[in-house]
Amino acid sequence: MNLLELRGVTVTFRQSGTSARQIPAVDRVDFAVGEHEMLGLVGESGCGKTTLGRAILRLVPLAAGEVHWRGQRIDRLRPRVFRPLRRELQCVFQDPNASLDPRMTLVESVAEPLRALDPGTRAGERASRAQAQLDEVGIGANLSARYPHQLSGGQLQRAVIARALVVNPRFVVCDEPVSALDVSVQGQIIGLLERIRDDRGLASLFISHNLAVVARLCERVMVMFRGRIVEAAGRRALIESPLHPYTRELLDAVPAMDAGARMRLLGRASKPRPVVDDPGSAAGCPFAARCPHVLPLCHVERPPLQSAGGSRLVACHRAGEWPGGLRGLTSA
Amino acid sequence: MALLEIRALTVEFAGVPMVTAVNGINLSIEPRESVAIVGESGSGKSQVLNGCVGLLAANGRARGSVRFDGRELLAGGNAAAVRGRGIGFVFQDASGSLTPHRRIGVQLAEVAMAAHGLAQDAAAAEARRMIDSVHLPDAGRRLLQYPHELSGGMRQRVALALALVARPKLLFADEPTTALDVTVQAEILVLIAELCRDFDMALLLVTHDLGVVAALADRIAVMQAGKFVEEARAADFFAGPRHPYSTNLLAAVPTLAGLP
Amino acid sequence: MKSSLWRDAIARLRGDGLAMTSLWLLVALVIAAVVGPLLIGYREDEIDWSHMAAPPFEAAGHWLGTDRLGRDLLLRTLLGLRVSLAIAIAATLVSLVIGVAWGALAGYLRGRTDALMMRFVDVLYALPQVFFVIILTVVFGRGPLVLLVAIGAFGWLTMARIVRGQALALREREFVEAAVVGGAGTLRIVGRHVVPNLLGPVIVYATLTVPQVILVESFLSFLGIGIQEPLASLGNLIADGAAELETAPWMLAVPAGCLVLLVFSFNFFGDGLRDALDPRDR
Repeated sequence: MNLLELRGVTVTFRQSGTSARQIPAVDRVDFAVGEHEMLGLVGESGCGKTTLGRAILRLVPLAAGEVHWRGQRIDRLRPRVFRPLRRELQCVFQDPNASLDPRMTLVESVAEPLRALDPGTRAGERASRAQAQLDEVGIGANLSARYPHQLSGGQLQRAVIARALVVNPRFVVCDEPVSALDVSVQGQIIGLLERIRDDRGLASLFISHNLAVVARLCERVMVMFRGRIVEAAGRRALIESPLHPYTRELLDAVPAMDAGARMRLLGRASKPRPVVDDPGSAAGCPFAARCPHVLPLCHVERPPLQSAGGSRLVACHRAGEWPGGLRGLTSA
Repeated sequence: MALLEIRALTVEFAGVPMVTAVNGINLSIEPRESVAIVGESGSGKSQVLNGCVGLLAANGRARGSVRFDGRELLAGGNAAAVRGRGIGFVFQDASGSLTPHRRIGVQLAEVAMAAHGLAQDAAAAEARRMIDSVHLPDAGRRLLQYPHELSGGMRQRVALALALVARPKLLFADEPTTALDVTVQAEILVLIAELCRDFDMALLLVTHDLGVVAALADRIAVMQAGKFVEEARAADFFAGPRHPYSTNLLAAVPTLAGLP
Repeated sequence: MKSSLWRDAIARLRGDGLAMTSLWLLVALVIAAVVGPLLIGYREDEIDWSHMAAPPFEAAGHWLGTDRLGRDLLLRTLLGLRVSLAIAIAATLVSLVIGVAWGALAGYLRGRTDALMMRFVDVLYALPQVFFVIILTVVFGRGPLVLLVAIGAFGWLTMARIVRGQALALREREFVEAAVVGGAGTLRIVGRHVVPNLLGPVIVYATLTVPQVILVESFLSFLGIGIQEPLASLGNLIADGAAELETAPWMLAVPAGCLVLLVFSFNFFGDGLRDALDPRDR
């Protein structure tokens, strides 16, 4: 049985300014997370990946679809019934400066979830459990008595991770947990998350715009574009033989860190690519306007997310034409 | 002769305690050369740019010498005269250079008139040429749009066009792609590389992102706590940095290579 | 060590000469109002038959002169200050408690609850305060308690609006969402995460409310619907003084000067406090 399963999850927002048009931020998303699995979710800002994570945690309401937790449907539960489940479903937020209350010390913040989710514990016990958790992520008692503005981003993010772990959850949504940090600190936090994943066997949805970060932590990665999952595959397959043209574009955008990078870039610069500014039609493929392999069909019919052999999934009408992936092909 | 010659530049901010953001750095940039200053937040990298052209906060002070095209920028009103003319700017946030409530065409034409003394219709033609040179489609429509009607990547293109109208010899770029999506980042990097080549422009780039450095820079200076800890040609740097801080910085960047 | 946010704010406040002067002046006025009347050798209603309407410094023992009935003006002013201050502080506390609770809940809950709660505030806003006070005094008689209720009933409205705006912004912050994920209930979130984080503007607005209430109280007493003789308040002292303006100007000058001093120092202190708590917002 899957730990977490999403079926047709849709979240809409009312478009600001104009009439009551509902814009889907997350559009009919299905996926499942197994026990101990760290599942990656990559996409650019505004693609709906953060909203999807928030929908699982019931921080935004679903417009349609179902969320199942260990076989139980949880998206319709009354708040009172759902609240105890928060003990199992936790979250690490993107910006550690914003996700800790500036008027609470770190140990107070970390102890807080215990208060509601572990009723019956006394204040002293909560504080010592919070400190034990903080010690595990490398924040000693000398730091944990401080307020957020007295500490660095990396230290704060460790505390945010401790707050998520203190109730012993089984699943954690990690929403861009390193993107607000300096590179050298990013590495430390990724290392910490790796260690926690291995030690605790925690299941997780790891959300990031950075494919390289996701690929380092997650065996299986989903790619999201304009509210839809366009490809899902094991990381090696995804990187070596992407099937969706958007995945390929993401891979091309990962900067190469070598001496030849500049020459390759200047080679591309000599043939400038036109800029596309098309929101895409609701009916067709969301990527059609930017896609180098586009067919007339793509503008009118939405490609379903379907199997491309093994556990690979791709939503592209033409994916069957490049079974070996798009990496080797040159774009039109 | 170097285009930009920075000697013993120190930038300090008054306060308790006084903060030394930049501590006696030296750097020279030849015409058409691309140099990157890379460092983490708080290293002082942005204050190098601001210090050179007198854009420091009210309590900031720059000492040392900055010569651009033979003129000393830290003396008299030279810095103000060179801003936007000899030296163009792009920032992380394009709205820093664009006025929100004015049409893009008007803003471009205005700079063209001021910089080259063009008449109105010549300036309008120049505005259109600049929009074309940053590869924005539908130039005619773009010129009539307001900044908020464009996507982030397009706004950054317009900001680049605006910086280039005066045909500067040097472009200051402060985290020019940081606020953009990854696929758009790549496009803007290509564009900056192309514009530097086509407009015979030198580039002083400030960024925390070594990927951006690899894409654009001939030379690189690694900055930590107000000082350069390593300066190298980009090719040598990526082949093997010398300073331990640089080594760590390079090793910390997540890449797709070497996955399990 | 409590939050060094506060320590920084206090350090900034100490550097603000005008605010510190105002603070010391306020302290002096409060001490004078509380202790002063005990040190003066007269009773409140004691009439000095030999010195009626005596100007300042002329009659022995009456430094600031006497009123028409021969009562010591310094004593009356200090007593008036005491009453005015007490009403102002009590009314401010009432508006603080109701306004913060109301505004924080409305802002945090949003939606229909918020709309309903704030329309209620709008309706009260639309009522003319003076008529409300007159109706109250007709029904319940005149007295300090009625005045307190009347002022308190309106004083919290602006506080509620300010707090609601802050709470609306705070509820979007990630640390509030983090508390939701941590299982915290509405009251806990409002009490522990929303209210403490909007305390800065609240304290500032409260210090600026005190002088407003003093002015309203003085105004109502001046009109004769506030504090009644023989009880003194700055308002009715000023009303009495105004009546004798031509013959005994000091009877107006003493309480009016006291009011001006009080209101100015509260306002300057409030301004200084705002700058100290939020140095960006100058």
